[in-house]
Amino acid sequence: MKFLPLIWHNLMRRKIRTIFTLLSILVAFVLYGYLAALSAGFSAGVDVADADRLVLIHKVSLIQLLPISYGPRIAQTEGVVDVCHFTFFGGIYQKKQSNFFMQMPVVPECLFKLYPEFVLPDAQKKAWLADRTGAIVGRATANRFGWKVDDRVPLQATIWQQRDRQTTWTFTIDGIYDGAKKGVDTTQFFFHYDYFDEARWFGQGMVGWYVIRVDHPERAADVAKRLDAMFANSPEETKTTAEKAFAQAFLNQIGDIGLIIRSILAVVFFVLLFVAGNTMAQSVRERTNELAVLKTLGFTNPGVLALVLAESCCLAVVGGGLGLALVTLLTRAGDPTGGLIPGFILRARDVLVGVGLTLALGIVAGVFPALRATRLRIADALRRS
Amino acid sequence: MLGWLSQVVAVTWLGIRTIGLRLGSSAVAVVGIAAVAAVFVGVLSMAEGFRMTIEGTGDPENAVVLRTGADSEMTSILLGDQVKVVADAPGIARAATGPLASPELFVQVDLLKRTTNTTANVPLRGVMPEAFLVRRHVRLVEGRRFEPGRNEIVVGRAAAGQYRNLTVGSMLKLSENRWQIVGVFDGGGTVADSELWCDVRVLAPAYRRGNSFQSVHVRLESPQAFDRFKDALTTDPRLNVKVMRERDYYAEQATQVTGLITNIGFVIAGLMGVGAVFAAVNSMYSSVATRAREIATLRALGFRSGPVVVSVLIESMLLAVAGGIVGGLMAFVGLNGYQTSTINWQSFSQVAFAFAVTPALLVRGIVYAIVIGLVGGLLPAIRAARQPVVVALREL
Repeated sequence: MKFLPLIWHNLMRRKIRTIFTLLSILVAFVLYGYLAALSAGFSAGVDVADADRLVLIHKVSLIQLLPISYGPRIAQTEGVVDVCHFTFFGGIYQKKQSNFFMQMPVVPECLFKLYPEFVLPDAQKKAWLADRTGAIVGRATANRFGWKVDDRVPLQATIWQQRDRQTTWTFTIDGIYDGAKKGVDTTQFFFHYDYFDEARWFGQGMVGWYVIRVDHPERAADVAKRLDAMFANSPEETKTTAEKAFAQAFLNQIGDIGLIIRSILAVVFFVLLFVAGNTMAQSVRERTNELAVLKTLGFTNPGVLALVLAESCCLAVVGGGLGLALVTLLTRAGDPTGGLIPGFILRARDVLVGVGLTLALGIVAGVFPALRATRLRIADALRRS
Repeated sequence: MLGWLSQVVAVTWLGIRTIGLRLGSSAVAVVGIAAVAAVFVGVLSMAEGFRMTIEGTGDPENAVVLRTGADSEMTSILLGDQVKVVADAPGIARAATGPLASPELFVQVDLLKRTTNTTANVPLRGVMPEAFLVRRHVRLVEGRRFEPGRNEIVVGRAAAGQYRNLTVGSMLKLSENRWQIVGVFDGGGTVADSELWCDVRVLAPAYRRGNSFQSVHVRLESPQAFDRFKDALTTDPRLNVKVMRERDYYAEQATQVTGLITNIGFVIAGLMGVGAVFAAVNSMYSSVATRAREIATLRALGFRSGPVVVSVLIESMLLAVAGGIVGGLMAFVGLNGYQTSTINWQSFSQVAFAFAVTPALLVRGIVYAIVIGLVGGLLPAIRAARQPVVVALREL
């Protein structure tokens, strides 16, 4: 402890350099945080997917509709606990395509049974069940557009015109739901299927896809096979996959882009660390003869090494810690695209890895010049400069 | 003025000659800035490549007709009799076979991607034979065109390379129908390269679309004929359509993904830029510190502070330009032309594209590097000029 003032004075001998080194470490870890949150966002659907949920779609493509009469037949299949249908609505808010978010007509009771991770206050749930033209929306999307309960939200239909050829559907926000755990997608918007089916111009009795809960995850593959066999050779054949595999396939569709962005961020992170580490190492090199003085005064080699490492770790941990704290706040505020990436969060395990990286930085930046200094003969070191 | 300039030159020359003595910190600054420039150019080249592929699909002489309210072909629907009215509209170019108008269906099929072995949404377009005349950039490179009335498919070049079972001669089973792949076409680097084409009159019953279509692509007599064509359709009481130039339509289709990539790119490059400024500051401080005595000597000889500031800025800018060029070259060598594909949410289908490192992007990268260099050099420059001459001379 008695060496703390010495470390402090060493750090403060060139205040500006110390501050800027600190800042560049901070920036590096802000970037690291973004990288981690982006990765989390890209894989969110896979992470929160439930092992006992299946997705049943039209065999040809997700865009092909399925008859609603499949629902009861699926429900009667052995091993199926719940089944719910969903349909892509694809409305546009405020005539801006960049305002994209997922909207789906659903059967409300069914939705909550199948997705217990959507948490809605009871009063709001009751209000929604009683309101035919009502809707509920996730917290992320509500925040994005500043919607509150009881707001009226007009959506421009791109596919589903109303019977009177109207393209505007207006919904009342009856509730705003949250995720029961981190990473749950709260960008989606749900409204009553009954109302939708009655009001749409065409396509009555057709739905987009089914989500199914099975009684035991280990039977999921078995149930999926039986369902597909049941609808084989019918006009609308089906393809049933585990929710996780479904989400993973979707993720793969984004393709290299996610990977490329993440590799770029990783490169950037290490370049920034390299730059910061180099400056830190340089500041130790400049003081080689001072280290020699310390050794003359009786400091042992390990003592000198510890002193130097304490200094560089201090800088790295403070800079990195501030960076991680800052990026935690930043990611809370939302992703840089304004809500297109659900699940953009900084996970606890990523923060832990970040803390480990700050320590690694401090050690790597300090250890090489310090080792060189300890190896020098005192007389040589003192003669330099 | 001339004296001032020669002072600038003298101090700058002093700085440049001594860069070798501070190779470490100068190199760190250059590496830092080069990385920023490389990432900046790299990310934007991805957005640029995507945008160029999609927008390049639009032909100035072509127009697209969709239903009012539809934001893409995916969400549009046009009935058979409406399509007839559209094809008879004035302004459409004509061939011996009739007007160059192709009513089309645009659906998706799930195919296995070679690289990941997972399914992807591959666009399958039902077209009329006129489609090959409407789209001038499409040309057959292998096999033949589909024969009208038969379950045959021609595939775009990029799609043929990306998915399983799309070689000429192979069979594809979609629902209860089997389709044969009979040809491969080159879409000239446009979205068409990622598509599968077949006869719309075969596709419609297979997908139970009855006598309906999703869009009509037409070739106009000239780009100027567009207004005539559009007015005729939008004022026709039998129709409920929107008419767009193909260019505008495709430009719109690229907005979401381009916006997403560009946003992420700016956030990353912005943050990195801040980091690089710190590296530049440190490097220039050490540059100024090691030359404190020389600068003080010059000041004592009558050099004014202005030239000292300018020369430090010039030195930091030179480092930045070097970094910018190196970074831009890195992006160009490493990424230009790199083929990849992603899903375009607006058409809900896969689009293959290549990274495009354009000269404009390289210039932007270097300009950004110079900004970083200037900002990073400013504080050290002022410090150099402000240093009291006597103190600096006494140092060491």
